Amino acid sequence: MTGPARVDVEGWGWRYAGRKLPATRGIDLVVEPGERVLLLGASGAGKSTLLAGIAGLLGGSDEGERTGRILVDGVAPEAQRGRIGLVLQDPEAGIVLSKVGDDVAFGCENLGIPAEQIPARVSEALASVGLATPLERSTKALSGGQKQRLALAGVLAMRPGLLLLDEPTANLDPDGVSEVRAAVEAVVAREGTTLVLIEHRTAVWADLMTRVVVLAPGGGVLADGPPDEVFARHGDALAAAGVWVPGRPVDLPVLAPVRDTDAVLSTRALSVAREKRTVVASGLDLVVPAGAGTVVTGPNGVGKSTLALTLAGLLPEAAGEVVTEASLAARGVRRPSRWRSTELLTRIGTVFQQPEHQFLAPTLRDELAVGPRALRMPATQVDAIVDELLERLDLASLALANPFTLSGGQKRRLSVATVLAASPEVIVLDEPTFGQDRRGWAELVLLLQREIERGRSVVAVTHDADVVRHLGQHRIALEPAA
Amino acid sequence: MSGVDTGGAGAGSDVRSAWLDRINPVTKVVIVLVLAAPLLVSIDAVSAATALLLELLCVPLTGLAYATVLRRLVPVLVFAPVAAMSMLLYARPGGTVYGTFLFATVSDDSIALSVAVFVRVIALALPMILLFAHTDPTELADALAQVARLPSRFVLGVLAGARTVGLFVDDWRTMSLAHRARGLGDRGAVRRFFSMAFVLLVFAVRRGTTLATAMEARGFGADIERTWARPSTLSGWDAVTLGGAVALVAVALGAAVLTGAFRVVGT
Repeated sequence: MTGPARVDVEGWGWRYAGRKLPATRGIDLVVEPGERVLLLGASGAGKSTLLAGIAGLLGGSDEGERTGRILVDGVAPEAQRGRIGLVLQDPEAGIVLSKVGDDVAFGCENLGIPAEQIPARVSEALASVGLATPLERSTKALSGGQKQRLALAGVLAMRPGLLLLDEPTANLDPDGVSEVRAAVEAVVAREGTTLVLIEHRTAVWADLMTRVVVLAPGGGVLADGPPDEVFARHGDALAAAGVWVPGRPVDLPVLAPVRDTDAVLSTRALSVAREKRTVVASGLDLVVPAGAGTVVTGPNGVGKSTLALTLAGLLPEAAGEVVTEASLAARGVRRPSRWRSTELLTRIGTVFQQPEHQFLAPTLRDELAVGPRALRMPATQVDAIVDELLERLDLASLALANPFTLSGGQKRRLSVATVLAASPEVIVLDEPTFGQDRRGWAELVLLLQREIERGRSVVAVTHDADVVRHLGQHRIALEPAA
Repeated sequence: MSGVDTGGAGAGSDVRSAWLDRINPVTKVVIVLVLAAPLLVSIDAVSAATALLLELLCVPLTGLAYATVLRRLVPVLVFAPVAAMSMLLYARPGGTVYGTFLFATVSDDSIALSVAVFVRVIALALPMILLFAHTDPTELADALAQVARLPSRFVLGVLAGARTVGLFVDDWRTMSLAHRARGLGDRGAVRRFFSMAFVLLVFAVRRGTTLATAMEARGFGADIERTWARPSTLSGWDAVTLGGAVALVAVALGAAVLTGAFRVVGT
């Protein structure tokens, strides 16, 4: 069967094995061939579960319990591999093999396409997503946007009638976002492929979509209709549920730009590198103003994260130096990379891109206590700090939960809280708003603005124009080396 | 001027047109076994030294520079003396005894054995370096599935999983930095190692699940007979090369027998 696919969802629901409540239930939905549906809903409403269900990837009865049914072109999706293409949020997740050409061919091989037809399909799929890299290119060497387009090409080579995209641009820089959006647009315009897409950041996709479906948190469909109509009628509810509704900016103050303030950190002829031999940026003479928000922007691969880790004293300078203001010196040393770990703790705190990387303890309480205990504070003081943070960051009800079991927004807040526990003068954050919905985003930015008001200096590496707007009192734009 | 540059670049880079590049990876696996088996059951210096010499003469066929081979041999050159030393001290004594200390005895026999082991370790490691230096993992997987007929689910599963190893290296590095950032970088290295290993395990399970989903979403594991975009086949080159390996082993063993040095393990 070829051409755009039709999807019938009839009274469908799914409960994951081991969970008391269903992830979603009672969903009735018909997607006509060629429709382009934006699927919205609060975090936890079961959007991704529904998408995986339509893709036929939820597994059998040992994985969970199904009610109702889903049909694609009148047949169970499990029997329709290749008719349905799925692209996920994490650019790493969609890639299977180590060379571009092999990876695109992978799906075709699995579908039993004769070997002599595969090269043509591969080059056609790569051309349709605008990826002009050699087939031999290592998939590791691609940027985030290129990886997502590769994942899309791998799916398109199977010639699907239905494309399912689960936040395909959430982890990309602005260039990557527009690359992926353009590739998807070109495909649906040419093939008329049916499209179902999940995305919090609706502005990127809204004008491409013919229909918006909003899932209700307890199950069922909350709203369904043309984008303008749904946004007009349910805008407030959607915004409250964490969706970025077009034309409704977040109601937060914009901090005034700073000039001529003292620098808490400054760099001289700085070169940064993750490993000694691979310098990613050099000749940097920068300042981080004290008691203000600084944002670092620039395209992927320009060395933003490496710069952040170097400013934070975690990576040694490859050349040149990072120097702090005199009052921050430890044992008379003003270079953070030369400090001891415990000296760093009270001076510069780092929030990593993936919160999991910095979690060390089995409960939230213990996690927050790690820093204060490393500083050998008395138990009563540790408790006081932990309690205050749990309360302030709205995590008190989860005090005994394991950090790994939290939602994305909660993990992000906890990772910031672990840093605040040691009261550092400077807080460095790497892509703090990646993958956050509107609510998580606003909570985080507000929290950082409060810290700036308290006199802290905040440095955030970001692609997010709204973060730049709300925290960018001082802006550092890194340019690729000529 | 530009002509000089091009010439220099061409000579310096790895050129993939060596004899060995025409050989199927499965043949390479078989050759490694052919070269290793006799060296594992015999234990004299002559057979190993002859094999090693002949292997070194084969280096030009692999397209590798001698300097590259030497660099890759470094770990083996570090390990081989350790193995040789244990033989020197603890092998069954025989002939003149030169010294004894506790259980250690250095004798004519143990010296001979230690030399034999030293040469042997290198002669065993060298073929693997020579044969697999240029072998692409995907090519190997294609060959294992199509030529050796191993189950494709297994081969591709391992191949796809191996790609994620690099991600774990990055995770580990980031976690080390995170420990420093959180005030735990000054001491407790052992505890830090185990706590990071545990988190890595969590990442591994999670990555494995997403990878399985991604592969399944692209039709992996469906009931359809899989095709292969890169056919992996055997040719006359494989037969000739395998024949060459057998000849090499025959010459090495023959030399040992002729000189009277031939000795099998356990005698």
